[in-house]
Amino acid sequence: MDAAFKARIDELLQKNKVLLFVKGTKSFPQCGFSNAVINIFKEIGAPFETVNVLADGEVRDGMKEYSSWPTFPQIYVGGEFVGGCDIVREMHAKGELATLVKKAIEPN
Amino acid sequence: MDRVDLIERVRRLLLAGLPADEVLIEDESDAHVGHRGSGGGAHLRVTIVAEAFAGKAPLARHRAVHALLADDLKQRIHALALVTLTRDEAAARTDR
Repeated sequence: MDAAFKARIDELLQKNKVLLFVKGTKSFPQCGFSNAVINIFKEIGAPFETVNVLADGEVRDGMKEYSSWPTFPQIYVGGEFVGGCDIVREMHAKGELATLVKKAIEPN
Repeated sequence: MDRVDLIERVRRLLLAGLPADEVLIEDESDAHVGHRGSGGGAHLRVTIVAEAFAGKAPLARHRAVHALLADDLKQRIHALALVTLTRDEAAARTDR
């Protein structure tokens, strides 16, 4: 993978404790799976940021390799890859996602 | 490759590769025709029962499925919703 791209994503993940790589934006998700995860994080209520992979071809291609994950959305909490839509949904249903987010935002 | 062949191929790869006891594939492509960025690829919802999932977290289960379908995910499958169950988990579901 291109070193400059990796550095760019590393920095993004360091700055944003909860970061979602999605199709579309928070206000206009352009895919049902992306919409579902955005709604879950809105429900949890902690601050989160999104990256629109449709707006940047390098990110769209590069993140598949960076995460070793073939589809979007891709969810990162505390700099760690959590999974895609199904996994996040499942974790949210069990109440595990809010706990993970809280831990990432307030490490102590 | 048409849709029926693709679904048959996915079923075969998962049954043999994991290996899986059961693979249920629902084709949801028609609900998403022409939406942005789909490139005409298939939208599949796949439920898999495999003992190979035992002791593995969801992330590892999904990665195992992605690895088997790597070529198809690059070209023919646009979206893949996954339910990954062990035999016990599948039994618990149907008992309810």
